[in-house]
Amino acid sequence: MAVWNYGNDINTDMLFPGKYTYTCSTAEEIKPHLLEDLDPDFAGAVQAGDIIFAGSNFGCGSSREQPALGLKAVGIKAIVARGFSRIFFRASTNQGLLLIECPEAVDAYKEGDEVTIDAAGGTITVAGTVYRFPKLPEEMMAIMKAGGLLEFTREKLKNRK
Amino acid sequence: MGMTFAQKVLAEKSGNDTVAVSQIVTVRPDHLLTHDNTSAIVGKIGDELEQYGIVNPDLPVIVIDHVIPAATEKNAAGHKKIREFVKKHGVKNFFDIGEGICHQVVYEKGFALPGGIILGSDSHTCSYGAVNTFASGIDRTEAAALLLTGETWLKVPPTIKITLKGKLQKHVTAKDLVLTIIGDIGADGANYCAVEFHGDVKNLTMDDRFAIANMGIEMGGKIAVFPVDAVTEEFFRAHGIDITGHPPVWADPDAAYMRELTYDLHAIEPVIAAPHTVDNVKKVGELEGTPIHQCFVGTCTNGRLSDLKTAADILKGKKISPDTRLLILPASRSILREAMKAGYIDTLVEAGGVLLPTGCGPCLGAHQGALAPGEKCLSTANRNFKGRMGCKEAEIYLASPATVAASALTGTITDPRKEA
Repeated sequence: MAVWNYGNDINTDMLFPGKYTYTCSTAEEIKPHLLEDLDPDFAGAVQAGDIIFAGSNFGCGSSREQPALGLKAVGIKAIVARGFSRIFFRASTNQGLLLIECPEAVDAYKEGDEVTIDAAGGTITVAGTVYRFPKLPEEMMAIMKAGGLLEFTREKLKNRK
Repeated sequence: MGMTFAQKVLAEKSGNDTVAVSQIVTVRPDHLLTHDNTSAIVGKIGDELEQYGIVNPDLPVIVIDHVIPAATEKNAAGHKKIREFVKKHGVKNFFDIGEGICHQVVYEKGFALPGGIILGSDSHTCSYGAVNTFASGIDRTEAAALLLTGETWLKVPPTIKITLKGKLQKHVTAKDLVLTIIGDIGADGANYCAVEFHGDVKNLTMDDRFAIANMGIEMGGKIAVFPVDAVTEEFFRAHGIDITGHPPVWADPDAAYMRELTYDLHAIEPVIAAPHTVDNVKKVGELEGTPIHQCFVGTCTNGRLSDLKTAADILKGKKISPDTRLLILPASRSILREAMKAGYIDTLVEAGGVLLPTGCGPCLGAHQGALAPGEKCLSTANRNFKGRMGCKEAEIYLASPATVAASALTGTITDPRKEA
């Protein structure tokens, strides 16, 4: 498990360049371009279970969902940041990707620290210190539990019939 | 305690008398905007569309605008898929290439109405706050779910109140004002928030208000909204938009705000957002003399008639510098036609400008007007992110149409007040 650590205002163009927006839509098309203009090593080295740390306003900019979809597809366990832009927060939940807003954990993290996350319990442990993060509202939790908004919607439609 | 605009609209649309900040409500938006990404959206729900169809053929507004005309076979196949979807499901509100940039089309064609809710799979959906609409961006997956169910949840945002006083000076524009605000509060200064504009709003034209609301997302805003006044009513009249049954909504005088700011419009100066964040705002004077390889007037932020007029007035009878190039992009077919009638297009092309199709063009780097490594672009668009215009070793500076036009003459960043 690796931790990828980035700064403030990581925008959607850095996470997935706009020039691919209308040619790459599936997870397989998106994966090779993830974080291309931010960290060229990322796409080749990322592994399932990795965690991303970042500063404030993570995911600002475009409403494109490829970053959320791609990061979920490569198996990112969670993104821990000081804060997230609202569209990215929504888009990630809709993909079933866990976002953790926890400035204390971000401040505490130093390269090489061991990080563990207990999503159900709402805690993140950085180098032995436990930090709590706020629970998602019920509506978003239901989407996360279903594995994403499409799965949630399919269930809803089925139950309507 | 009174309610803000956001509280009132979300209360009304969710069937509640009142709603509190942070409360989550279920709403059925009046319209769902999607564009070239419609092909990817419907691709997610092929089976469900076969089984259930779309919830309401009047809900989607689909505009093909992002990569037009198609640059590659893949784009063309995406556009074809959209046209087939529109026919098969009887989508009522469809606009093919050339009609304009989606946000301009939604606004000109009367889909954005006072007190309404529009969600769109594009972050600049917030633009319709200019006409008192609760409008916000969502992702493709959410758009797909909305096509099937027509409903979603929204959290009631806290609100920032910005009071405007006085008038802007000559060659200072609404773009300078909104960039100044973003520079002050930061790119996440309004994250999750509604932003309401109060005060001497009457001194701003509809084009001004649209440019400001369009940039709401660049301060992180969920919505950015203006009240309805005589200027808005005149816009609706001029565009033949009937607002019967859509009464304007505005905040109560005793509504509670998270933050209040006041701006003296007379004190606003021409500014530029320097690379690579929109809140990296500097006075034009601080950057004067910076060589610019490409000047770009257009986009959903500044591609309206008054923007083209501003540029044409500055460039009339003159030639742009041989060291730069100038791209012109009217935001819609109707604006292009008006600008042709008024002679602005002729003036701009004669001065050395290159006229682009009425779509998103160079703004997002997918085609047209891409930059080379080491080049600098001065643009009237809304984003200057690294790599945004197709090249991560290029730099994008954001400014008003006046500043871009004045800079095209010299090939370097120039204060438009000097070209007056």
